[in-house]
Amino acid sequence: MTIAFEPWMYVAVLPEILLVVLTLVVLGLDLALPEERRGGLGWLTAGGLTAIILVGFAVAMPAGEPRLMWGGMLRHDWLGFAFKLTALFAAAATSLLSMDLAQVGKRGEYYLLLLASTLGMMLMGSAADLVMLYLAIETTSIPLYVLAGFLTRDDKSTEAGFKYLLFGAMTSAVMLYGFSLLYGFTGSTNLYELASLAQAGQLSLASVFGSLLLVLVGFAFKISAVPLQFWAPDVYEGAPTPVAGFLSTASKAAGFAVLVRVLMAVFPGIQPYWGAVISALAVATMTLGNFFALSQKNIKRLLAYSSIAHAGYALIGVAAISMPGSTLGATSVVFYLITYVVTNLAAFGAVAAVGRVTGSDEIASYAGLSRRSPWLALVLLVALLSLSGMPPFGGFVVKFAVFAAAVEVNLIWLAVIGVLNSIIGLYYYLTVLKVVYLYRSEEEDKPMPVPGGYALGLLVLCVGILLIGTLFAPWFSFSSGAAAALF
Amino acid sequence: MLPVGYYIALSAILFTLGALGVLIRRNSIVIFMSIELMLNAGNLAFVAFARAYQSLSGQIFVFFIMAVAAAEVAVGLALIVAIFQTKRSIDVDQLNTMQG
Repeated sequence: MTIAFEPWMYVAVLPEILLVVLTLVVLGLDLALPEERRGGLGWLTAGGLTAIILVGFAVAMPAGEPRLMWGGMLRHDWLGFAFKLTALFAAAATSLLSMDLAQVGKRGEYYLLLLASTLGMMLMGSAADLVMLYLAIETTSIPLYVLAGFLTRDDKSTEAGFKYLLFGAMTSAVMLYGFSLLYGFTGSTNLYELASLAQAGQLSLASVFGSLLLVLVGFAFKISAVPLQFWAPDVYEGAPTPVAGFLSTASKAAGFAVLVRVLMAVFPGIQPYWGAVISALAVATMTLGNFFALSQKNIKRLLAYSSIAHAGYALIGVAAISMPGSTLGATSVVFYLITYVVTNLAAFGAVAAVGRVTGSDEIASYAGLSRRSPWLALVLLVALLSLSGMPPFGGFVVKFAVFAAAVEVNLIWLAVIGVLNSIIGLYYYLTVLKVVYLYRSEEEDKPMPVPGGYALGLLVLCVGILLIGTLFAPWFSFSSGAAAALF
Repeated sequence: MLPVGYYIALSAILFTLGALGVLIRRNSIVIFMSIELMLNAGNLAFVAFARAYQSLSGQIFVFFIMAVAAAEVAVGLALIVAIFQTKRSIDVDQLNTMQG
């Protein structure tokens, strides 16, 4: 397959090009500025990313039929576009939430790594070739390994970074072996060409299914689905809190983008088989995540298990895609992830803001928070209730959407398990809120300052959660555009 | 020319050895070597298939994999050094600060 170069391809990847420029500017300024003036790099990163989002909306929005570009390496479509903007937004929010954190906020290389990993996520969303897919996943992962282990003097942080790297490298090697088998069966590395060759060649089911399972290992690690979820609690606990937020949102969303695209583009021939695998993964992931979350004493570990459970809910939507006649499946997954990114970033942002003052992530240290800082308590209330799926917050609408997608294709049992799991989830979110609002502590008259970056970031995220929950329609049509381009 | 099946069998053996090494060995450096073995098993399969299909994309993929593997090891060794400075050990069983 040859795709001739055309000038519009530059415009389609303009957000990526601008991101590279921003990365180089941050690198240059980090070298040029004296140390006491590097605090502005966080604002520069956040502002630059916001500008790139606006440019993306202005010029890089896909129109008409999805098209392959750059020699078939990337695909210009709504799925890629939606996840690109989500990654950019998450990175902007993360840099706002990091810049007032001692040890990371004034170091240029922190923002550099954040931007490099965002570039990888943007490419993951639109990669249409195995080579590009592998490079994008590694471009995302390698800076994240460093970010997780960023606090080199902190035992927990280096341990988190190393565990993440070890499991990440291992699973990506397994995935790569799956890629090599896919290439071997068909002789092509392009995802869309693979599909037609695989169907024409009458491959045996065992060989296709086997390579699918190898590839799924890599993807399940990225989205922290059972049985490859065990790294998440340790890594989130040890990593700097904003990094943990970024890992649990943007990286997971990009993993889902890749999962949905590969399953739908490469394996349409064996849909019932991967549908069964994904359903089983969904049930195991949400149940295990919720049950382990119940006994957690550390809020970052609790959020880690909650984020595992949320990967399970999103997998319900992916399972729905596998059934014939699903119209809501892909839409609900994209919609779920956009909302989840906004909500979970708010939760981790509030945890970071509290942690930088109290120096602890134990849930017990949240006692009296509603008196020390009513606004942070409110942010935590909004984020946790949205995670638990309460109206009028965004989490309710999207949970409704994934369960509706399952019911639409007669996977009612899956939706029922999802609802039961949401009830368990509600319990542990409310336990945290009980500590925040009802428990007293001796330190509650000490004020808890919230710097400007946190205030702005958390405000934007909370408004986002409420807007998704109340003005449901525009977001939904944005996501349905993203899903329609897949077919 | 040997049939492609021989190369694939060899790469499957290398991959299994690498996976076993990652699961069984406890020394961080040896685990890294085992991961390299798994990646090289993938490389071998790619070049063998590229030769069988007379297509270049498999060979180009291998160059990228080698570059990525080098980057991964650079980050990994840096983290191992950071861990060794505080724990004086690179045994993965020592990495148990966080539990639960």
